[in-house]
Amino acid sequence: MAMKYNWDWSILLCRSPEADPTGAVEPGTPGSGATEFGGGMGQTFDTGAECAQPYFDWIVSGLSWTVIVACAAWVITFSLGSVIGVSRTVENKTVRAIATAYVEMFRNVPLLLQMFIWFFVVPELLPEDAGRWLKRELPLPEYWTAIVCLGMYHASRTAEQVRAGIESIPRGQTHAGLAMGLTRTQVYRHVLLPVSYRIIIPPLTSDFMGIFKNSSVALTIGVMELTAQSRQIAEYTFNIFEVFTAATVLYMMVTLIVVTIMRFVEAKVRIPGTIALGGD
Amino acid sequence: MIEIDNVSKWYGDFQVLNDCSTGVGKGEVVVVCGPSGSGKSTLIKCVNGLEPFQEGKITVDGVSVGDKSTNLPRLRSQIGMLFQNFELFPHMTALENICLAQTKVLDRSPDEAEERGMKLLERVDLVEHAHKHPAQLSGGQQQRVAIARALAMDPIAMLFDEPTSALDPEMINEVLDVMVELAHEGMTMIVVTHEMGFARKVANRVVFMDEGSIIEDADKEEFFGTPRSDRAQLFLSKILEH
Amino acid sequence: MFRDFDFQVIFGNLDILWDGMLITLLLTAVAIVGGILLGTMLALMRLSKFTPLSILAGRYVDAFRSTPLILVIFWFYFAMPIIGLQAIGGLGSVLIAFTLFEAAYYCEIIRAGIQSITRAQINAGLAVGLTQCQTMRFVVLPQAFRNMVPVLLTQAIVLFQDTSLVYVVGLKDFLTAADLIAVRDNRVVELYLTAAVVYFVLCIIASLWVRKLKRGYAI
Repeated sequence: MAMKYNWDWSILLCRSPEADPTGAVEPGTPGSGATEFGGGMGQTFDTGAECAQPYFDWIVSGLSWTVIVACAAWVITFSLGSVIGVSRTVENKTVRAIATAYVEMFRNVPLLLQMFIWFFVVPELLPEDAGRWLKRELPLPEYWTAIVCLGMYHASRTAEQVRAGIESIPRGQTHAGLAMGLTRTQVYRHVLLPVSYRIIIPPLTSDFMGIFKNSSVALTIGVMELTAQSRQIAEYTFNIFEVFTAATVLYMMVTLIVVTIMRFVEAKVRIPGTIALGGD
Repeated sequence: MIEIDNVSKWYGDFQVLNDCSTGVGKGEVVVVCGPSGSGKSTLIKCVNGLEPFQEGKITVDGVSVGDKSTNLPRLRSQIGMLFQNFELFPHMTALENICLAQTKVLDRSPDEAEERGMKLLERVDLVEHAHKHPAQLSGGQQQRVAIARALAMDPIAMLFDEPTSALDPEMINEVLDVMVELAHEGMTMIVVTHEMGFARKVANRVVFMDEGSIIEDADKEEFFGTPRSDRAQLFLSKILEH
Repeated sequence: MFRDFDFQVIFGNLDILWDGMLITLLLTAVAIVGGILLGTMLALMRLSKFTPLSILAGRYVDAFRSTPLILVIFWFYFAMPIIGLQAIGGLGSVLIAFTLFEAAYYCEIIRAGIQSITRAQINAGLAVGLTQCQTMRFVVLPQAFRNMVPVLLTQAIVLFQDTSLVYVVGLKDFLTAADLIAVRDNRVVELYLTAAVVYFVLCIIASLWVRKLKRGYAI
């Protein structure tokens, strides 16, 4: 660190009452990401103590978008992932094949490329009206795209967890349920799912954290979440250590909070008499 | 009450049941025995449709099990079944286990189901454990809860799939006692078990199976007195040595 | 809807795409090798009885595992020039970022693998007169790695897909190459879908192979 680097943690506290965090820089335009970032470094701004922009507000806004996008995506992930995961365990071959195809498709294409496909390709392939609605009329299209894309991507992973959870339950349990006259659906609803969800809380937790981390990929289609905002501040101020440290710490805090909540949930729903699975 | 006619079943190329025929009359207790892998469990799982079979016919109280139009959940709700590993649902308390099918299948009100559940727990001597989860109970206690769970459906017949083979020796009797009691009350039962003492005490008939076929189907006295087949003799001599 | 699909834009630019794929493969290979080496070291540190060492390794793993890969890429891409290491260049800093990042994940896989070896095995090693280190080297690690191969490879497939994230600093990997052509020739649909098919085919072949391997290992 012998270089002339002006440490200045105070930029993280820059505030402005009339700040418009997302409006400061145009969101990335289609496909230009690759060339844009290198050029950004050329801009010169004072690296001194004065606030050129309300950086604090940018970070807060970035963090909130990260949380909003991740949580909304998780709702899709959990519901869709459960349906797909259950579908992979049913007897009907067609249903199983469709679910397997879904999992393989979404698991074997990079998330970034899936973002691009949802954002740039899907509107082209849809009927004209729907495509135009997506591109022109839907407010905040990049945010909606990011939520759907992230949700469906992670659903393929959650589906595998749900399937593994169900398959880990001995067949005798299904037989016992059926033997007392429950239908297959009732067996899933009252016997298999309540137990398998409990078993898979630890992997579900890391999936949930994965959604938080992967929400940063949405910056490539212009979602101004935490990583995007911190990169933007880094380009404005050159105080990269301060701002990236702040972002890293915030991600770690989110992780910590998620882990704490899930531990609590796990303890709360633990079946009496069984050993805690995730506890160490 | 239960008629099994010429039932055959294959897993791929492997034949697990070979032309099995037998029947169980109302109030009769039939013990099914034989070496492991002989198809005993598979046969009784065919009776309530847990295992499909390719050939033959099984009817329970006049209803054909293999028939596509048969309402299997309804049929199963009338046949109680006990499993080797108890198969209580681990996330529910003993009482909740007993109430689940009563409310979901028989549409009893929660209060009614609970009342009935408590009565049955009293019967198997487990009232104080009503609100415990299966993992907090011993094997024998779990199997008795499972019996209560089956009885709550007011079954017309009961199937027992090696109900005591996963139990520690000192717990076997607490379960067998309840089963003997049931037999004396006139319950129609098919019991897969190696407990020959139980068979001697309450069975009307004994069915001996080997390699997917029914080798002997005889009255208790006849079976224990003069088993006709060599294999049954061999099996009996081995199992009675202990 | 595929009436206007222009295959010419793909076949005319195969050279650019191939160069991109080479970068992708280079990144993947370096990160796998570097990640496993560093990951093994970290795993041994985490399991060491010397507390400061295990805490240090634990913090390292926690930090990298709770940070998005993109942020880690930014860290190294922007920080290297500032601390006077311009010479490393964009590709170099990204390679370092990937290696350090993957090491955290490999560390956890390897640690689990080592812990899956029973105490009895270790005792057997010690009983024939091996030192702690030798037991680790000749008894524990060979078994552990054998058990871990499928998981390590699955992680490698994830890594292969993750390399596409270098897009954010404009490094010309396979996806970025496809993207550049897409924007230049205004052929977004063709290029993105082709890239998706390429990734899909490569990854599915790899994962089928891993699955086969796993089955062979099962016994």
